[in-house]
Amino acid sequence: MSTAQTGSKNVIWDWLTTVDHKKIGILYLAGGAFFFVLGGIEAILMRIQLMFPEFTFLGAQTFNELLTMHGTTMIFLAAMPLLFGFMNFIIPLQIGARDVAFPFLNALGFWLFLFGGLLLNVSWFTGGAPDAGWTAYVPLSSESAGQGLDYYLLGLQVSGLGTLIGGINFLVTVINMRAPGMSMMRMPLFTWSSFVASMLILFAFPALTIGLLLLMLERLFGGQFFAVDFGGNVIIWQHLFWIFGHPEVYILILPAFGIFSEVIPTFAKKRLFGYSAMVFATLIIGFLGFMVWAHHMFTVGMGPVANAIFAVATMAIAVPTGIKIFNWLLTLWGGRIRFTTANLWALGFIPSFVMGGVTGVMLAVSAANYQFHDTYFVVAHFHYVIIGGVVFGLFAGAYFWWPKMFGYRLNETMGKWFFWLFLIGFHLTFFVQHFLGLLGMQRRVASYLEGQGFGDMNFVSTMGAFLMSIAFIIFLISIFTSKKNTENVNDPWDGRSLEWTTTSPPLHYNYPQTPLVRGLDAFWLEKYEGDGRMKAAEPLGDIHMPNPTILPIVISLGLTIASFGFIYLVYWLIFVGLGITFGAMFIRSVKEDHGHHIPVDEIKRDLEEG
Amino acid sequence: MKHFWRLLPLSFILLLSGCGAENMSALNPQGPVAEMQFSLIALSLYIMIFVLFVVFAIYIFVLIKFRERPGDTHIPKQVHGNRTLEIVWTTIPIILLLMLAVPNVMDTFTLANTEIEQEEAEIEEENGEENGDDAPGSVSDQEAITIEVNAHQFWWEFEYKDYEFTAGQDMYIPTDTQVNIELISDDVQHSFWVPALAGKQDNVPGITNEMWLEAPEEGVYNGKCAELCGASHWLMEFKVVAVDQGTFDDWVDGMTEPPEESIEPTNEVAADGREVFEDSCISCHAVGDEGGQQGPDLTNYGERQVLAGYLDHEDEKLEAWLRDTEEYKPDNEMPSFSEDEIDDEEMDALIEYMNSLKVLEED
Repeated sequence: MSTAQTGSKNVIWDWLTTVDHKKIGILYLAGGAFFFVLGGIEAILMRIQLMFPEFTFLGAQTFNELLTMHGTTMIFLAAMPLLFGFMNFIIPLQIGARDVAFPFLNALGFWLFLFGGLLLNVSWFTGGAPDAGWTAYVPLSSESAGQGLDYYLLGLQVSGLGTLIGGINFLVTVINMRAPGMSMMRMPLFTWSSFVASMLILFAFPALTIGLLLLMLERLFGGQFFAVDFGGNVIIWQHLFWIFGHPEVYILILPAFGIFSEVIPTFAKKRLFGYSAMVFATLIIGFLGFMVWAHHMFTVGMGPVANAIFAVATMAIAVPTGIKIFNWLLTLWGGRIRFTTANLWALGFIPSFVMGGVTGVMLAVSAANYQFHDTYFVVAHFHYVIIGGVVFGLFAGAYFWWPKMFGYRLNETMGKWFFWLFLIGFHLTFFVQHFLGLLGMQRRVASYLEGQGFGDMNFVSTMGAFLMSIAFIIFLISIFTSKKNTENVNDPWDGRSLEWTTTSPPLHYNYPQTPLVRGLDAFWLEKYEGDGRMKAAEPLGDIHMPNPTILPIVISLGLTIASFGFIYLVYWLIFVGLGITFGAMFIRSVKEDHGHHIPVDEIKRDLEEG
Repeated sequence: MKHFWRLLPLSFILLLSGCGAENMSALNPQGPVAEMQFSLIALSLYIMIFVLFVVFAIYIFVLIKFRERPGDTHIPKQVHGNRTLEIVWTTIPIILLLMLAVPNVMDTFTLANTEIEQEEAEIEEENGEENGDDAPGSVSDQEAITIEVNAHQFWWEFEYKDYEFTAGQDMYIPTDTQVNIELISDDVQHSFWVPALAGKQDNVPGITNEMWLEAPEEGVYNGKCAELCGASHWLMEFKVVAVDQGTFDDWVDGMTEPPEESIEPTNEVAADGREVFEDSCISCHAVGDEGGQQGPDLTNYGERQVLAGYLDHEDEKLEAWLRDTEEYKPDNEMPSFSEDEIDDEEMDALIEYMNSLKVLEED
C-alpha cells in the first residue's frame, strides 16, 4: 500500500499533473474563458465591420475567417468546456463522490481539448484561419486554399476526442459513483441533465469524428467522398455534420437547464416543481435531439416528404421544452424569491430563452423556413437560445458556485451591473436581427449594400455588442476585486444539494466520510427535517485517492505534434507525434499505479481545522 | 375557405413590412409563393405571440407576487408537483403545434409541386364545364416556362430551357406565368433567393433542385445568394425582371437572335469596340451564339440593371471594374485588364459597344 502523497514540488507542476476533478474543472473554466474572450473579440470585430453599409474595416476573406472561427470557438472551445468545468467540479460533489470514475481520462480529456483549441488557433499565424463557416460545407471547405481548413479538421478532431472521453467519464461516474441512498430519481437536476448531455456526446460525436476524417482524407490524401466529378456526394457531409451538430445544441443547453434547475429552487426556497416531469422532459429532449438534424437542411432539396417529417419532429421538441419552462415558473410560484445575481441570470433566462424557443418553432415550419433559412433571422434565433440559454446558464452557475469553487463570493453590486448591461446589450444586438433577416439580409455576409435599408438596424446591433463587452469586462474585474468576501462561503445561499455540505473550497478528497442520502434535496432535508448535518455512510478511515500524473499532457502533446505532421504532410513528424502518444499510453498501461491513501489522522486534522 | 388564417388581421406584420426595400422583403410578398410563405410566417408568429403572452404574464405575476419582502423569513411550502397542470401544459402546446403543422405540411407539398398550375387549371376546367361558364380564375392562362439557374462564384446564369438560350445576371420572366426553376451549380453550394417572390432553394453541386415562383406584377426584384460561397458571397446578387408577356416575347426573340448591331455594329466606335471585345472578352463572354460560357452572357448588357451584380450601370464604373476586378469582387474568376492590354481609347470603344448591346426595342 503506497501512502501519503505529500504536497507537490511546485504549483505549476501540481496543475499540469493534477487528476483532481475540482482542479480539472477549474482548468476547464480557465481554458473555456480564454477561448470565450477570443471568440468575443472575433464577434466584436465582425460587428464593427457590419456597423455601416459597404464598410471596409475588414476584408471579405478576413471576415469569412472570423465568422468561421467565432462559431467554432464559441461552440467547441468556449461553451462546451465552460460547461464541462461546472460538470467536473460539481457532479462528483452532488452525488457524494470523491472524484470521477476515471481521473486519468478526465485529465486527458482536458488536455486534448486545450491542445486541440490552441492548434486550431495557430492557423491565424500560418497563412489564414479556416474560412468555410463553422459548418464547413463541402465543396467550399474541401476546395478552400491554404491550410486553414486542415487546422480546423485536426484541431476539432483532437479536441473532439477530449470531449468524447469526458462524456464517457461522466456517464460512468453518474452510474457508478453515487453515494449510498442517492438513487437516480434523487439526483439533482444538474447531474441529471449533464448525464443526458453525456449520452448525447457519446452518440453524436462519432458522427463528427467520421465527417472530419472523411474530409481530412479528401483534403490531404485525395479522397473523393464529396467530389461530385468522381461520383461523390456533397450532401453526405451535411448529414454527418448535422447528425452531430443538432444534438450538440442540446449538449450545450441541457446542462444549462440543469444549472437553472438548481438556481431557481434555491432562490425561491422551494423544491423543484415537477421533478420527475423535468427528468423525463430532459430525456425526451435528448432523444428527440437525434430526430431533427435535417431541419438545418430544408432547402438542400430533400423533398417534401423528408421536409414535412423533420418539420413536425422539430416542432415536437417544443413540448418537453415548454414543460420545463412551466415547471420553473411553478417552482417560483408560491416561493420567496431572492434577486441575487445568480438568480437574476436564471430569471433573465426565462423570457430570453422563450423568445429564442418560439423563433425555433417558426423556423421548424419548413415552407416558411425557405424564407428564414441562412438569413439573420436564423442568426438571431440561435444567439437567443445559445446566449439567452447557455451563456446565461454559465453566468448563473458562476455566481452560484463561485463561493464553493474559490472560497469567496463575487461582488453582488458589480454582478447586478453586469447582468443588466449584458441583458440590455444582448437584446439590443440580436432582437433587430430578426427583422434584418426577414427584410432580406442573408447571413455570413462580409457587408451589405447601401440602399437596401439594413444600415440603421446593423448600427443598433453593433452598439448592443459593445454594451455586452463592457458588461463582461465588469465581470472580469469583479473576479479580482471580490476576493475579500470570504465569510459564509460554505453554504451561502441556503443550498439544497450535497455540494453545500462541504467546505469551500472542498477538501482534496471532498468528503471525509461519504454522506448518506435520505431523499431528494438531501442537504435541505437534513437542515429542515433533521439536525442540519449529513449522516455518514461509512466510518472515518483512510481514503484512497489517485496519484497525479504527467502522462495525459504528454499523450495530448504527441497528438498535437502528429497533427502538424498531417497538416503539412510531414511524415516523420506524424510518426514522432504518434510515437510519443502511443509511448505514453504504453507506459500508462504497464506502470503500476495504485494511487495513494490519505491516513485517517490527516483527515481528523483537516476536520479540526475546518 | 382553404386558407382561413390568411384573413387574420395582419396589422402587426404589416407595420413591419413598411421597412426595408420594397422589392426585397419577405414581409412584402409579391407573388403566390412568397404570399403562402408569408401567411405561414404570420400564422406561426400569432401562435407564438400567444405563447409569449401566457408565459410573460405568469412570469411577471410570479416575480411581483412572490418576491422576498424585507423581514420575510417564512419557509415556502415544498410542493412536489401537480399532475393536472403537467397534462394541461403538455396538451395545449400539442394542439397549438398541430394548428401549425397541418398547414405547413400542405404548403410544403404545394411548394415542391412544379405542376401545380397545370393541375389547378385542370380542376378549374372541370368545374367550369359543370357550371357551364368559364369565369376567369386566378390561374394564369400561360403555360409554365422553365429556367435552369446555374450559380457560379459569384454570378448567375439563366438558361431558358423552352427557348434554348442563356442570359446572365438578369432573369426576365413574364408576369402571371408559373416559372419553374431548376437549380444547379458547377462549383460550390449556393442558394437562390428572391425574398419578395419566393423563399430560397440551394444550388447544390451534383444535384438538380426544383422550385417555382410567379410574379403577378411587373417589376424588378432583388435576388441574392444565401449560402456562404466564398469571399464575394455578399456581392452575389441578381435581379428578377418581371415584364408583360409581349415584352417577354420580344426579349426572347432578341436573346435568341440578337440585333445585327450587336454583331456587326455600323457605328464606327462601336465597331472598334467589337474588335476589342473579340480580342479580349469573347473567349469567356457570349453575345448571341458567339462566345464562351465561362462568364455571364452579355447579349443584353446594355439593358442590365447593374453591372458586376451590384455596381451602378455607369461607364466609369464599368471601366473601373474591367481595370481591377479583384478590387470589386475579391476571388472572382475574371482577369483584370491593364492599360497595356486595353488602352484608354480601346476601353472607350469597348464601353460604347457594350452599352449598345440591347435586345428590346427602344420605346
